[in-house]
Amino acid sequence: MSAPLLSLEDLSVQFHGNRKASALNQVNLELGAGEVLALLGESGSGKSVTLRTLLRLHPASRTKIQGSIRVEGQDVLAMKGRDLELYRGGTVSMVFQEPGLAFDPVYTIGQQITESILAHGEKDVGKAKAQALEMLEKVQIPQAKRRFDAYPHELSGGMRQRAMIALALACKPRLLLADEPTTALDATVQIQILLLLRELQRETGMSVIFVTHDIGAAVEVADRVAVMYAGRIVEEGPVSRIVNNPCHPYTVGLLASTVGPEHRGKPLQAIPGAPPDLANLPGGCSFAPRCSRASAQCSSQVPPLVSGSGGRLACWNPVSQLENQ
Amino acid sequence: MNTPNTPAQAAAEHTTPAHGAPLTDRGGPAQPLLLVKDLKKYFPVRGGPLDRQKRFVHAVDGVSFAVPKGQTLGIVGESGCGKSTTARLVARLMEPDAGELIFDGEGVEEYGGLQLKEFRRSLQMVFQDSFASLNPRLTMQEAIAYGPRVHGVPAAQALAQARALLARVGLEPSQFGSRYPHELSGGQRQRVNIARALAFDPRLVILDESVAALDKSVQAQVLNLLQELKAERQLTYLFISHDLHVVHYLADQVMVMYLGQVVESGPVEKIYNGSAHPYTRALLSAVPSMDPAQRTEVSPLAGDPPNPINPPSGCRFRDRCPHAHALCAEKTPALQAVGGDIHHLAACHLNDLTSGHPLAGKELNP
Repeated sequence: MSAPLLSLEDLSVQFHGNRKASALNQVNLELGAGEVLALLGESGSGKSVTLRTLLRLHPASRTKIQGSIRVEGQDVLAMKGRDLELYRGGTVSMVFQEPGLAFDPVYTIGQQITESILAHGEKDVGKAKAQALEMLEKVQIPQAKRRFDAYPHELSGGMRQRAMIALALACKPRLLLADEPTTALDATVQIQILLLLRELQRETGMSVIFVTHDIGAAVEVADRVAVMYAGRIVEEGPVSRIVNNPCHPYTVGLLASTVGPEHRGKPLQAIPGAPPDLANLPGGCSFAPRCSRASAQCSSQVPPLVSGSGGRLACWNPVSQLENQ
Repeated sequence: MNTPNTPAQAAAEHTTPAHGAPLTDRGGPAQPLLLVKDLKKYFPVRGGPLDRQKRFVHAVDGVSFAVPKGQTLGIVGESGCGKSTTARLVARLMEPDAGELIFDGEGVEEYGGLQLKEFRRSLQMVFQDSFASLNPRLTMQEAIAYGPRVHGVPAAQALAQARALLARVGLEPSQFGSRYPHELSGGQRQRVNIARALAFDPRLVILDESVAALDKSVQAQVLNLLQELKAERQLTYLFISHDLHVVHYLADQVMVMYLGQVVESGPVEKIYNGSAHPYTRALLSAVPSMDPAQRTEVSPLAGDPPNPINPPSGCRFRDRCPHAHALCAEKTPALQAVGGDIHHLAACHLNDLTSGHPLAGKELNP
């Protein structure tokens, strides 16, 4: 396999202010070109922190980052000044959960997309405008010419998210980070956005990291799924393996607590308890206090993320074994 | 839900209604607990100084439904369809512009009917935002005891009852009773909100997107708790959600709303397995499939819901409907029984053989 587009090595992120919180703990992750990875997990599992760290969006004064991030061979943590500016949006770009907050309310959609194209090296304003308009058409905004001059508040939620995607893709990034892009949308609009993302990914060949808490959305777009819990990746594998044959008790629990038609009239197999406090994580496996399969080893030693043919798994007592080949 | 058994049972014994007259069944089992007739709410839109024409958002436009005793009515629809406004009108958090509420056979706030105060005591609501709906300056046990105290229960008794309720919803009273809202997680806060709703021993609980903001694993716990409480206390739920899976799990009856109107209603299995309205079908097929081998290829609906200020004439769904016809713009479809089943209603010309729609009565692909 050729060098991966993105590789995270032992990435740890700690926030220290009034209190310390370990948001990411030794995350190792690789992503090939043209691959779509879904990061699945509950709130506080470190999905969004991973994306924000990739773009270096956290304030340096209160964040301690250890490990390494490499995108196309470049060391992201060492970037400074103009390099970092070009990297953000140029190589790696992001779609946020709430497009109403991500856009500047006092500029039109068109102005904002044009501005980002100009900031990334285009000199000719006319060309940049034409390119911005082309992007709006590409994300299937009806009457793109009219919407070009619309302010963010004049668009509906679905339209705004399309415009957000147009803005993110305006500089043809190699990697798109999508942070719960469909969570705030209605079901009928969500599926439109998911289909659009899939289509654009096929067309441009970019890689995508798609953060979601909704397994259904992950299944619709992703090739590979990484399940996160308390700042660690606990299981990773092709989407069909994760859905049909999950190994980690947390993944099993997550799938069981996703309500489906077959559950009607029966109590749900919920995972007891709540996610741990990131300020004082339990020693050993973070999931051990909620796990029905936990043993003494689980609460003393952190299980390593072991690779197998079906992906990677970090568990001492998995529900079913990852095949080793 | 892993509630320890002993405090749960203790709680059940402790929390019989101690205030006012017991809220007994008055209408008999066949009488629906809540009947809503032709409920309407229009919000005026503030126009500019040159805007002479007064305009209104038709938030709820002629909604009628019944909630049978001991059942759960699920209301689904996209944002802006009027689900939450309906809930707020039923709870009388807002004055309706028109319409009647009949609670267990008695008209609410009518001459000779049920007093509003009495009605409010038999109905409680749990909201989506668990943090915003709790007073940040009250501890959990104070928050739960607050309502009963206002209604005349002695403070000590109300507090004891609050602690018992905390235990019932799975929160250890000695540990959580004296905490403030910001010291709890989202799932725990929502449990407190449920406990607070139960403090009045209500007969109807309105759950307005109550589990939407919770994580999946916590959501499952709360859904289990809701099911247990319903069986234990003979509650009736009005459950509002945009999550079709959750509604399928919890509801007995389902009502689908679109732009302030009911487009389809019926028993849950009829709606999910034999829906008659094109909008319901689109909504159901917009749910992501859980099978990577069978991904959704075509979006069932294009565009967003239209503006509720100027809803389309005739059928409000016609702009997005794949089967729309000139007739749909002229004539507003009424709710009618589907295939002679009086419990399953749909408002679509396709189901009415006499409507004149060219496709009426034919089998359609969703």
